[in-house]
Amino acid sequence: MKLKQLESLLGDLQQFSNPKVELEQYPTGPHIASRLLYTAENSFDDISNKVVADFGCGCGTLGAAAALLGAEQVIGIDIDSQSLEIASMNAEDLELDIDFVQCDIGNLGWRGQIVDTVVMNPPFGTRKKGVDMDFLFVALKVASRAVYSLHKTSTRDYIKRAALRDLNASSAEVLCELRFDVPQLYKFHKKKEVDIAVDLWRFVPKRSRGKKD
Amino acid sequence: MRLLTHNMLSCNIKGVTNGFPLRIEAEKVVEKQLEINHDFLRNIFPKIDWKAFSDASRIMGYHELPEEPPEPSVLESDAEFLGKFHHALLELHLEEGALICPETGRKFPVSKGIPNMLLLEDEV
Repeated sequence: MKLKQLESLLGDLQQFSNPKVELEQYPTGPHIASRLLYTAENSFDDISNKVVADFGCGCGTLGAAAALLGAEQVIGIDIDSQSLEIASMNAEDLELDIDFVQCDIGNLGWRGQIVDTVVMNPPFGTRKKGVDMDFLFVALKVASRAVYSLHKTSTRDYIKRAALRDLNASSAEVLCELRFDVPQLYKFHKKKEVDIAVDLWRFVPKRSRGKKD
Repeated sequence: MRLLTHNMLSCNIKGVTNGFPLRIEAEKVVEKQLEINHDFLRNIFPKIDWKAFSDASRIMGYHELPEEPPEPSVLESDAEFLGKFHHALLELHLEEGALICPETGRKFPVSKGIPNMLLLEDEV
């Protein structure tokens, strides 16, 4: 599938109708989502025929993109039942078969490393401090191949240091810098649309589970 | 929820040491056809907890899988086995029912195919 085609399919997905500020629910735009998954597939072979989990999937844009690019199984996980309902409808509209689980990523109980790749657009941690790093911590425990994630460019040095030192990553690489348009969803947003610089990261978890690190 | 997902989920209530596998209570199981992918099945096979998987398949009403884990060589030679493995792993969906923690008996409801694994405040 071509990048343009992927982006246009994702553009038709339904997004949050009543976004919840405490969960930092911002839709992942089709531009960013298509580039994230397209890079993961074409540069690293991390999507097709793989088990892919979408953490904090919201309306399911990243998971849908993974399924469109040939992931064998996609699992979308979110704490919010309304988001999961929209995500299920989106998957159905595109005739994609995605499993959804309602769970707080921080409390996720998980066995083994069946998931190959985690893709996520985590909360940036502006409302609840450190939640972005909680997501990354769990993602690096669950994934066996790679974790793709978006984080504010302003936190780049911190993310790199924490991922390598504390979160079980063997490598942490910024693939590109993107502009994340956050439309005016909430009352406290003063400007109509805010452009935030975000990094697209690829993290590789340490392979050995039994080995001491 | 497919059995592949079931094979990964475990109960994470505070104090629970072995929350895997979650026992399935099946009220409604649906089948959705999916194209078989032999390479995928061979890759995933060593990662599957066979006992949990085959027990779960029987609760879902599918009785064709052996109770003991088969030799990996059957994946190369036995197309019939691959078909059964594929069907149980990826085509059976728990649509309505519950997942039950093996240690505490806590019930996690499954509705419209989505298990609700949210924990209560005193379980975290």
